[in-house]
Amino acid sequence: MRTLLESLKERFPLGPITEQRPDLAFVTVERETLRPLIVHLRDREGFTHLVLLTAVDWIEENLFQLTYLVHDRANARDIGLRVMLPRDEPEMESIHDLWPTAATYQRELKEMFGIPFPGSPRLDEEFILEGWVDIPPYRRDFDTLKFAEENFEHRAGRGTTDPATHMRERMATQGGSK
Amino acid sequence: MRDEDTLVRRVPVKDELKKRVVKGPDGLEFEVDPIQDYYCDARPEVRPGSYVRIVEDLFNWARSESLWILGFGTGCGAIEMRPLMTPRFDAYRYGIQWRPTPRQANLFVISGYLSVKTLKRAIRSYEQMQSPKYVVGLGSCTINGGMYWDSYNTIKKLDEYLPVDVYIAGCMPRPEALLAGFEELKRIIRAGKAEGANLYAQNFDWYKANQKRVIHDWDMPDYNW
Amino acid sequence: MTGRATSSPGGSTAASSPPIDLSSGKYLKLWQGPQHPGITGNMSVELTVCGDEVVEGKTHVGYLHRGFEKLMERRTFIQVFPIVCRVCVPEPDFNEYCYAATIEELAGIEAPERALWIRTLILEMGRINSYMMYLGGQAGALGMGVIGQWTTYVRDLMLDRFEELTGARIYHMFILPGGVRDGLPDGFDGRMEETLREIERTLADVEDVMFHNAVFKKRTKGVGVIPVDLIDRYGVTGPNARAAGLPNDVRKDHPYLVYPELTFEPVTGTDSDMYTRADVRRRDVAVSVDLIRQIIAKMPRTGPLTAKLPNVLHWKIPRGETYVRGECSRGEYGYYTVTDGSGHPRRINVRGPSYTHAMALLEHLIPGTNIADVAALMVSLHTYPPEIER
Repeated sequence: MRTLLESLKERFPLGPITEQRPDLAFVTVERETLRPLIVHLRDREGFTHLVLLTAVDWIEENLFQLTYLVHDRANARDIGLRVMLPRDEPEMESIHDLWPTAATYQRELKEMFGIPFPGSPRLDEEFILEGWVDIPPYRRDFDTLKFAEENFEHRAGRGTTDPATHMRERMATQGGSK
Repeated sequence: MRDEDTLVRRVPVKDELKKRVVKGPDGLEFEVDPIQDYYCDARPEVRPGSYVRIVEDLFNWARSESLWILGFGTGCGAIEMRPLMTPRFDAYRYGIQWRPTPRQANLFVISGYLSVKTLKRAIRSYEQMQSPKYVVGLGSCTINGGMYWDSYNTIKKLDEYLPVDVYIAGCMPRPEALLAGFEELKRIIRAGKAEGANLYAQNFDWYKANQKRVIHDWDMPDYNW
Repeated sequence: MTGRATSSPGGSTAASSPPIDLSSGKYLKLWQGPQHPGITGNMSVELTVCGDEVVEGKTHVGYLHRGFEKLMERRTFIQVFPIVCRVCVPEPDFNEYCYAATIEELAGIEAPERALWIRTLILEMGRINSYMMYLGGQAGALGMGVIGQWTTYVRDLMLDRFEELTGARIYHMFILPGGVRDGLPDGFDGRMEETLREIERTLADVEDVMFHNAVFKKRTKGVGVIPVDLIDRYGVTGPNARAAGLPNDVRKDHPYLVYPELTFEPVTGTDSDMYTRADVRRRDVAVSVDLIRQIIAKMPRTGPLTAKLPNVLHWKIPRGETYVRGECSRGEYGYYTVTDGSGHPRRINVRGPSYTHAMALLEHLIPGTNIADVAALMVSLHTYPPEIER
């Protein structure tokens, strides 16, 4: 894994590298570097399996993180490519021509995070939600509890307790911990 | 209820549901409105019982002994349906069986949480069933949201949208609980108290208002059967 | 239809033919699902048919979406543990394992050895359950109802063992971060052995009745072939990939839990059609039965079951991200977990194998089949919609 990362560093401008496990590393790359890098990994280094493509919302830093996780079967190792996108205009290049399954992931990201991937098939069709009227639900600024309370009728009598307070009270009544 | 103006995006009508001109086999062109023309959307009517009590009782007994369930697994509860219809629990011995089409079924088991998307299909399936028809809500998530109490995509209270006769609590309820629930439903039917279809017809506007508040892209007739 | 082992089966017809003109009167749109007995779970396929032949299939999912990935962000780490199993209904334990493993890795906790053995046992039991559901469903989709009755019966026996061990039939909530909830009850080994024998008996019957059945062979051999060169492009994993001859098995490639100490060989097939996929899964049950016997024989009977956890009510995990995978009955199941130093996960992404099998791959395989084969084809990919949309 170390030698692979060294050789990648010579060819591509790479950002911070995290070696999570001996067989799993995460690398931050620029938006423009991703496509040549992922093609290189797929065609030259044997990372032929796209495990997942997902996004993380770092709202405090005003960034979306896209994670492309690719897997090398022969050597049993994974590389996660992190692409940081500004939240204001999070457009990203589509990779559905490299892996047809990427189109599905990109449809989900478009719907759930509002990240467009121009050119990806069926991108604007509804994927999971139907008749959705709010901001994309997986964004951090979408409050699911507030939405549920405003939209749905709730049955009265459902109690909610804060776990810490609940445990304190229970321990107090039962006389200390078990 | 959300104010219409605050909606970020209005839901557009799907292309295949827009009005369009169709050329018939005889060469004549005519306009169709898929939402209106393809369905009969007459309102449901309240079905009066028989004048003679003993006849109604006989009918109710017959109904209670042949509960035909619509095979529509709406949520995780569907997984316990299979043990229920196999030798171990064998619901067939109680006159319960599964039908693939709403036309042949008179019991709709809402097996677990209903997402908004499925709710739309569940309503259509329910309305296509023949009266008298019964609804069983299965699992805590149909009662008050259960695990998904703060989810943005599941309904929390089934009886706002469909007339429920029996709830079976649990996550997930065991097959024995389901059998007990069906027995309870039979008791209710025999007592002549399972009037869900009539309730639905009586409070039709209330049910529709509730359903439309949740389903934002209402692109079907108000009642389809 | 037979012997198409090259690239783009049927997909070529859709690609080369002109776009489908629905107003020509030649084609018909047909919806299968969500309320359709031939659909596994709750999704729908929009078929465009020309006579009996399907020329295009579009999948529609989302009927089971509960927003798990959003709900997990609102819960503390220990509160996530009881809801993860609901992601996938027929084999919930993989969610628990993958979640627990990511959290243990990020928090630097190591589960004790005995817990690892029990986890492996649970996962293998769940695998048998899932395969039993599959065999019944595959036979049922082709009109053989009795197989479903038999396999559901033995699945019930296995659920009894689950109930003894965990207290629940379907959602076990047993593998918690740091270990497992309990050890094996008294006399469990003997009752497990009886169940395994019953499963082996049933498997032999299933082989006789299903796999030697002329109708079953005729309808499944050479249908729905996934060529080898499409395996990686479409993200195909698990038995679907093994049926094409690739020994892709996470249990061997990335050994986790106690799999390095167990002896087994991944089951592979050659033809990559519906029959082979069914056959690979049937033989995989036998492997799981053998693995359970090995686990029961080798596992330590004493020792701690959980590692010491910090106070779970105020449990904070430092910033980090990781991905942990496991081989579930349908393929690679994985959790991608991101933490940010707070008491809640930043993001958890569930990678279910059905995500790729039931969408892109199914859409690719459908053109060229018959209407009646679509349901069987969908079952043969062994897809469970709840893990697509979560």
